[in-house]
Amino acid sequence: MAFERFAYAPAPEQRAIVSIRPSYGLFIGGSWADPVDGGHFRTLSPSSEEVLAEVAEAGPKDVDRAVRAARRAYEEVWGQMPGKERAKYLFRVARMLQERSRELAVLESLDNGKPIRESRDVDVPLAAAHFFYYAGWADKLAYAGFGRCPKPLGVAGQVIPWNFPLLMAAWKLAPALAAGNTCVLKPAETTPLSALLLAEIFQQADLPPGVVNVVTGAGETGAALVAHPGVDKVAFTGSTEVGKQIQRAVAGTGKHLTLELGGKGANVVFDDAPLSQAVEGIVNGIFFNQGHVCCAGSRLLAQENIADGLVEALKRRLSTLRMGDPLDKNTDIGAINSPQQLAKIRELAASGEAEGAERWSAACEIPERGYWFPPTVFTHVAPAQRIAREEIFGPVLSVITFRTPEEALEKANNTTYGLSAGVWTEKGSRTLYMASRMKAGVVWANTFNRFDPASPFGGYRESGFGREGGRHGLAAYLQDGLGG
Amino acid sequence: MAVSEVAQEALAQERQPGAVGRAPAAPGTLAELARSEASLRRLLHGLPGVDQVGAEARAASLATRSIKTTAKLWAIDTAISMVDLTTLEGADTAGKVLSLCAKARRPDPADPSVPPVAAVCVYPDLVGVAKQALRGSPVKAASVATAFPSGRASLAVKLADVAEAVAAGAEEVDMVIDRGAFLAGHYGRVLEEVQAVREACGEASLKVILETGELATYDNVRRASWLAMIGGADFIKTSTGKVAPAATLPVALVMLEAARDFADATGRQVGVKVAGGVRTAKDAIRYLVVVNEVAGDEWLDASHFRIGASALLNDLLMQRAKQHSGAYAGPQDYSVE
Amino acid sequence: MADASAAPAASSGRLAVRKTYKLYINGSFPRSESGRSYQVLSAAGQFLANVAWASRKDVRDAVVAARKAVAAWAGSTAYLRGQVLYRAAEMLEGRREQLAESVALAEGISAGEALDAVGASVDRLVWYAGWSDKIAQVAGSANPVAGPYFNFSVPEPVGVVGALAPQTSSLLGLVSVLAPVIVSGNALVVVASELRPLPAMELAEVLATSDLPPGVVNILTGRVAELAPVLAAHRDVDALDLAGAPDGLDASLEEAAAGNVKRALRRQRPEPDWYAEPGTGRMLFFTETKTVWHPMGL
Repeated sequence: MAFERFAYAPAPEQRAIVSIRPSYGLFIGGSWADPVDGGHFRTLSPSSEEVLAEVAEAGPKDVDRAVRAARRAYEEVWGQMPGKERAKYLFRVARMLQERSRELAVLESLDNGKPIRESRDVDVPLAAAHFFYYAGWADKLAYAGFGRCPKPLGVAGQVIPWNFPLLMAAWKLAPALAAGNTCVLKPAETTPLSALLLAEIFQQADLPPGVVNVVTGAGETGAALVAHPGVDKVAFTGSTEVGKQIQRAVAGTGKHLTLELGGKGANVVFDDAPLSQAVEGIVNGIFFNQGHVCCAGSRLLAQENIADGLVEALKRRLSTLRMGDPLDKNTDIGAINSPQQLAKIRELAASGEAEGAERWSAACEIPERGYWFPPTVFTHVAPAQRIAREEIFGPVLSVITFRTPEEALEKANNTTYGLSAGVWTEKGSRTLYMASRMKAGVVWANTFNRFDPASPFGGYRESGFGREGGRHGLAAYLQDGLGG
Repeated sequence: MAVSEVAQEALAQERQPGAVGRAPAAPGTLAELARSEASLRRLLHGLPGVDQVGAEARAASLATRSIKTTAKLWAIDTAISMVDLTTLEGADTAGKVLSLCAKARRPDPADPSVPPVAAVCVYPDLVGVAKQALRGSPVKAASVATAFPSGRASLAVKLADVAEAVAAGAEEVDMVIDRGAFLAGHYGRVLEEVQAVREACGEASLKVILETGELATYDNVRRASWLAMIGGADFIKTSTGKVAPAATLPVALVMLEAARDFADATGRQVGVKVAGGVRTAKDAIRYLVVVNEVAGDEWLDASHFRIGASALLNDLLMQRAKQHSGAYAGPQDYSVE
Repeated sequence: MADASAAPAASSGRLAVRKTYKLYINGSFPRSESGRSYQVLSAAGQFLANVAWASRKDVRDAVVAARKAVAAWAGSTAYLRGQVLYRAAEMLEGRREQLAESVALAEGISAGEALDAVGASVDRLVWYAGWSDKIAQVAGSANPVAGPYFNFSVPEPVGVVGALAPQTSSLLGLVSVLAPVIVSGNALVVVASELRPLPAMELAEVLATSDLPPGVVNILTGRVAELAPVLAAHRDVDALDLAGAPDGLDASLEEAAAGNVKRALRRQRPEPDWYAEPGTGRMLFFTETKTVWHPMGL
């Protein structure tokens, strides 16, 4: 499609909606402080490469202060507080997220590179909803199925990734706080700003000092937090590689652990699928958030008898995607989060070509500055190729064909990951059969990438363990009576 | 997409690159398809299903497109040029039709730069009045026919209705399909009626109204769209405007997809008209976004997309004025017919 | 059978036929492929038997058997699994005295205490038998998402579980580790108590006559410190129960588990009272939650 006649004019969201400080300290014990033994680093806007702000890097002493603050708050305030009072703090936070939603959305798009339409319509509303949902559990833990008087774990050290910075913060903090724990949060180094704005919101909500602490920094800060003996619980979302490192690091320490790691989700489309909606689901599955999604449907398993037509329809649909300024309300595909991630995507895409797959990319205009990768589809992909097995974490789809449902299952499950899967068919019994056999923590049938605070999310196998969302999400933050 | 091979072959025989508004007589294979209820059913039921939630989600997502400044101006003017200004009331008189036609030719007397609308749509017995009033202008005289809006009459009566409209000078005819026959599965009868009306239209272009509100499911909308297009429709149209729900974004999306797929399969480009419930400029612009991103550039003109409406025109004019002057207009700034 | 070193019973005047203790893998009783055995003594220090000393290859074979069995076991109805567990209770009940003798010798407790342990083991099996068709109702849910979708979560077995049975509680502890793992559809490779393995092998015979499909439970005897790391590092094992992990080994076992992100249930300190009602924690630990979305529309 040429879009020659109806060219959408720029429709930029106003950047001035949010005010970004030139420099941020660490949020410890309810106030802002400079790092004691860490330095500073800068966070950039990946769509323009401009510097957005200077951010503190927490050194080991800073992490220690934060953990101590969390411990004090746990023992003296939060751990003593009745659930229904904790609930009211969390409801307040939820409301404020709704009130300040526009600011948060703009900030998130600037710092992360994702389109404003996504941060506005998905990230921020879901974050608010998460706080709202878990607020309601805070005084009902006795009914949650973990015993009549379930106890929190204490201090939670939480390390989150850069793909959904605010949402991941909400996924971690809301259940932990509802269950009565206090938290030390370490946002990703390329996307610290929305967590820091969240800290301001906690201040505005009068959340008692030390209940949530934010220590910005990079891998070393995260490692220091994970290793700190004062942390009772470690929660990590990120790559499988780092997840394993963390699991090794807490071995023998008695610390509780939950991991939400990578994936290589299979999206299975049968010949009786509602095809237009399947195309939407495929697009949503791998190009939403620039493919920076652990549960992305990065493998399209197309039934061979419709594969060609499906790929044609997919390419036609992809040619209507708009890549560009994340703050433009009509942008569909934003920037890649960092030069490192861009390099990784390019390397894997190159391997696809080298190993014999056929590469096609949407003809997007690439802006001069910033990190960009147009939506790309590989066909003639063999299951043994790297692009079929390794997580790319970018807007790259690998298309593999199958002949029978059993073959589809075998190929879908032929991975060490197990986070998500999709199945498209109009036949009800087949939908349920496939869903029951796919080894994935989340199965989307005739839809994709749907999230809700009431819906448990997490992986099988090397995609991690533990669930976030729903009643199940409380398990990670309560004592299970097993010492495990 | 995903049309059975047999049907592909049959439809391919219909290929007429560049044909606009003119459907050929059904070639041999297609006539066979038409004669056999069973094979027609196989074709229609073999089309991919439509998931309601997914289709509505896509439409809702397209509705969040932000169309500003130059794009908005273009969209407003384009929408105006696509309007079929309509009056289909029992109380219609020559007087009413005359004032409507004046508005159609020159929507804003104070501003000659406003394009005329595409057509004026009336009942057959008022076509003569419209034709006279529109003489010398590019605005077409369109007529409903075939026992509009219910379609509940014999084929003979319906064809007589069409003949009168055509004799009175209608350049475009909007027919209704027999929804009862469709829902009862008599696809062959529905097809035959479309074909018969197409023939009775002669030189006039044919829009086939599906009355999507009565078809109830998107699957049915897709099937009825294909049925109408196979039957020779020049346009497929959502509604009579007499039944709610009338046009909706998701229904338009499904029909535009059908038109696009039909064009891919046969080479013949059929237009889409949305009617009923399109009240504001914002609505109209949303429809244009759907046309743009679902069907594409080729459908973004009055020969391939129409909006049947009455009050919409004034809202388009108001928004147009606001874009130019910066201030919000008041409803009394524009004439009411 | 346990009293192998005593003189022939005066009344019968016949020599007892001693049992050879082998491994329990894939529903049968093979010797260790290493050909090794080790001496097992009673708590009082008397020689009881030469027991198979499993090697890493036996672990490998056991995991293969478990993996082969798990699809069908997990795919069987909850009703069937409950039936099987109940049958095991029936079979164990029928061999109460024999098992009690074995436990008494192994643990150095009185006959009465040993009978209590066996009774509690039977009751434990019965308790878990009743859980099979209720786990999904307790741990599953229909989730009220904010959109036109039907959304439900179900617990599924994690797959192949490697377990280290408690070192002191030679029967009740083992049953308390075994039953919650298999009731939900997992297959198990368990290393018996190193010094007190005989009740475990008697239990294996019970299981072998309980309609338990081959490979669902595999019991290995041998040096725990040697076998545990093999299980912990095995990439086709999905989860671990470290209840019987030797002191000082926990950290390295948990580290090895990270290789394929196994779910590892740590040894509880202090050791739980195996007589107490277990709660659902252990059972649910070896399940995964799968959540399914489907649109609701016309």
